[in-house]
Amino acid sequence: MEKPVNNRAWFLVLPVLVLVAFSAVIPLMTVVNYSVQDTFGNNEFFWNGIGWFKEVLESDRVHAALGRQLLFSAIILAIEIPLGIFIALNMPRRGFWASLCLVLMALPLLIPWNVVGTIWQVFGRVDIGLLGHTLAAIGIDYNYVNDPVDAWATIIVMDVWHWTSLVALLCYAGLQSIPDAYYQAARIDQASRWGVFRFIELPKMSGVLLIAVLLRFMDSFMIYTEPFVVTGGGPGNATTFLSIDLVKMAIGQFDLGPAAAFSLIYFLVILLISWVFYTVMTAQREVP
Amino acid sequence: MARITLDNLAHSYNRHPKDESDFALKPMTLTWRDGGAYALLGSSGCGKTTLLNIISGLVRPSRGRVLFGDRDVTDLPTAVRDIAQVFQFPVVYDTMTVRQNLAFPLKNRGVPADEIARRVEGVARMIGMEETLDRRARGLTADAKQKISLGRGMVRHDVNAILFDEPLTVIDPHMKWELRTQLKALHREFGHTMIYVTHDQTEALTFADEVVVMSEGRVVQAGTPQSLFDKPEHTFVGYFIGSPGMNLLEAEVDGATARVAGATVPLAAPYRLKPGRVQIGVRPDAARLSGGTEGVPFRLERVEDVGHHRILRGRVGDQVFNLLQDEGVPIPEGASRVTLDPARIGVFVDDWRVEPLERAA
Repeated sequence: MEKPVNNRAWFLVLPVLVLVAFSAVIPLMTVVNYSVQDTFGNNEFFWNGIGWFKEVLESDRVHAALGRQLLFSAIILAIEIPLGIFIALNMPRRGFWASLCLVLMALPLLIPWNVVGTIWQVFGRVDIGLLGHTLAAIGIDYNYVNDPVDAWATIIVMDVWHWTSLVALLCYAGLQSIPDAYYQAARIDQASRWGVFRFIELPKMSGVLLIAVLLRFMDSFMIYTEPFVVTGGGPGNATTFLSIDLVKMAIGQFDLGPAAAFSLIYFLVILLISWVFYTVMTAQREVP
Repeated sequence: MARITLDNLAHSYNRHPKDESDFALKPMTLTWRDGGAYALLGSSGCGKTTLLNIISGLVRPSRGRVLFGDRDVTDLPTAVRDIAQVFQFPVVYDTMTVRQNLAFPLKNRGVPADEIARRVEGVARMIGMEETLDRRARGLTADAKQKISLGRGMVRHDVNAILFDEPLTVIDPHMKWELRTQLKALHREFGHTMIYVTHDQTEALTFADEVVVMSEGRVVQAGTPQSLFDKPEHTFVGYFIGSPGMNLLEAEVDGATARVAGATVPLAAPYRLKPGRVQIGVRPDAARLSGGTEGVPFRLERVEDVGHHRILRGRVGDQVFNLLQDEGVPIPEGASRVTLDPARIGVFVDDWRVEPLERAA
């Protein structure tokens, strides 16, 4: 029997297509459009080919921002992933305390980015902030406004405070799905605590861990609001990450062409690194 | 390896049990000899898994002791009890190869590498997995994973007993048969004490030398499959073992006769009964359909053909009654009575079997 073929069903996709085009494709294409043109004002544009891309790729300023960004994401992942796993392993499994932990852990995730930034901006101030003042009182020379290291430390601690819960909650969900029999079998096999973690908990968590790593990487690589509120990218350019630099370029200097090229490269870098993470982590799981 | 003794064992999940109904396991004393194959049989929630967990040390009993040989292990943790356990759902270490899985318990016990290699090869041969030794355990079929779980127990020389917690639940039917046969062969060859928990009577009866039947937290009978079939101590055993189970009929027993549904049934020996609810039990294959006026009135409702024999389902009065007939035996027209083999009638008072006077004397 022949299957009936009726391509008119595609019309049902049309509303989504229109919506996505309106909200994503057309704006993106505008950016692509800007990235290959130059203007001297008056709304007159000239074709510039890959000129802006070359400029961005050769720009020391962008290189520096990219370097800072990579370092930031690497530090964030290196702290939040192990810490999240550690917290998840030590959370109570059931009962009142488990619920309480879950609620407390979820709290930072509910706070808007700019509020988190403001909280830490005030918290770290030497004159009126609890943290800054306390550190000064016990004789530690801390000032995130002047000192690049202090600025980095503040932003990293802030991000860990804000997002480790996410990793912990994901890992916790992964751990909860492990049947008791695995732990019992491990006890019978006399596996050490490390053995239980290495051969039962970690493999069973690997799925959610992949999601956690991807989410945290993408989020930290695109971080904007919190450092913008706390340090504004300073002192100097010490905490000027890619997105802050991009906004400076696009809106501060109104260099639309380079900014558009920058955006596209930025987008491709995120895509590339996410793909690498995904491929490496899934390949490890699927070796026969 | 060792004899396993459960001494006055009882368990309650309540911290302060008030009466018997709070106990998941009612007090019991059982001895399992070294090298035996035992089955714990019972329906879901009868306490068989609790009992298994007490033996493996995952649960500490509220009362009584567990002895391995002469050693009291009641307070010892699982790891030092030297038992192996195969769980309902296959437990393998996903990221390891089959070989690493089998070697894992030995490695943790600090066995030298060449010894490990030798024993792993040996166990792989026993469970028939030599070909797949270097494959990742992830992605193997459920029955292969169960074999690995079993292998992880068999690879150790120190196991006192291998415990099975409904190990064939997730296995395909045709593999079930094969695994069970293999298990039986391994038991014969290596003589580990094996304790097998199941709710499937076929599994229990084919696997075990001795079956412990449990109901509502109580051991109702422990015996060979044959004795469970011929002389059930409790109506539950009678009903639970056999397919279809034992027919149970409300009766009044007076001496060597019973009155059932207005008819008189002769018994093999006289009884003297304590007051209580009296039932007689008879296996479906110990009853014959008859066309005459002898026997108990029976109403045939349906006939099921199950290969070598037929199941005749019907009622005596309003009580369910089944007969088993060999294939080819004709069903007489208008048969409205059944006769029961007196030698194979059991008498039960308040669900427990009563012995006739002569044998008791």
